[in-house]
Amino acid sequence: NSELVTLTYGALVAQMVKDLDNVDDVSKQLERLGYNMGIRLIEDYLAKTSTGRCHDLKDTADKIQSAFRMYLGVQPNVANWSAAGDEFSFILDTNPLTELVELPDDLKALKYCNIICGVIRGALEMVQMDVQSWIVQDQLKGDSNTEIRVKFIRRLEDAIPAGED
Amino acid sequence: MTVYNLYIFDKNGILLYYCEWNRFKQSGMTKEEEAKLMYGMLFSIKSFVSKISPLDTKEGFLYYKTSKYTLHYLEIASGLKLIINTDNNAQGVRELLQQIYSQIYVEYVVKNPITSINQPIQSDLFKTKLDNFVKSSAVYLSKAI
Repeated sequence: NSELVTLTYGALVAQMVKDLDNVDDVSKQLERLGYNMGIRLIEDYLAKTSTGRCHDLKDTADKIQSAFRMYLGVQPNVANWSAAGDEFSFILDTNPLTELVELPDDLKALKYCNIICGVIRGALEMVQMDVQSWIVQDQLKGDSNTEIRVKFIRRLEDAIPAGED
Repeated sequence: MTVYNLYIFDKNGILLYYCEWNRFKQSGMTKEEEAKLMYGMLFSIKSFVSKISPLDTKEGFLYYKTSKYTLHYLEIASGLKLIINTDNNAQGVRELLQQIYSQIYVEYVVKNPITSINQPIQSDLFKTKLDNFVKSSAVYLSKAI
C-alpha cells in the first residue's frame, strides 16, 4: 500500500518545514536525503534485476523507468530528449508522493518531490554517472504533469589502485 | 569441493571484507598488503582482458584457474567486487557470488542504516549470515569428485 509511504513522506516534509525556516533549505535537505537513499537503493535495484552497466543514456532512462515501476508503482514516460542526447525528462501523470497533498500559498517555492531528484543523482553516481536532476513541472503547482529533468554531466572514471608504483 | 576464502572490495579498492574457511597456506604478508596486491592484480587483469579481447566483451573477466585453485570474480555495476577462491571442481560459483551479493551484502549491509557503505564491514550479523550461507551452499558441502 503506497498510502503509508505518502503519509510518512508528508509527515517528514511537514516536520522539516517546521524545523527549517527557509523553504529552499527544505528542498535542499530533501535532495540530500534522496541522495543518501539513492546510493543504497541502487544496490537493491542491481541485486533484484541483476542488470549490468548501461551502454548509453537511452538504456539508462529505460532502467530508471523500470526502477520507478519497482519502487513507486508508476510508469513515467521518457520524453523531451535534447538534441545532443544528454538530457531527458520523466513525465509522471500520477505521483504517489503527492497524492494526498496540497501546497499552501506560503510554501509555493517548496520543491516537494525533490527527494526523487536526489535518489536519481545518488543512484547514478554509484554506477559511474554524474548527473543533475531537477523538477521542471509539478502537479502541486498547477501543471498537468510532474516532469523530472535529468542531465548527464560526465562519466566518472574507475579508481586506479593506490600505491601502484 | 571446497571454498577457500572470500574478498569483497568496493569500487575504490578498499577491502570491505575478508574471511577464510579452508586456507592451508598463508601469503606471508599482512592482510593490508595482501589486499592491495589482490586488488592491483584484479585491476590489471580487468584492463588486460578488455584490451586484448578480440570481441566486445560484456562481462569481461570471469575467473582464472591454476593447478590447485580457481579464483572467481564478480563485479557489480556499482563497482562492488566479490572474489572467491575454490578448488578446481567447484560448480555454480558464479551463482553463489551473485547470491552472496543480493541475499547477504544488500540485505545486511546496504539495508542496515547504521553500517556505513564504502568502509570495512564490522557488522556481526553480516559475518554470521555470510558464514552460514557459504557453509550451507552446495559448493561448500558437496564432496570432492
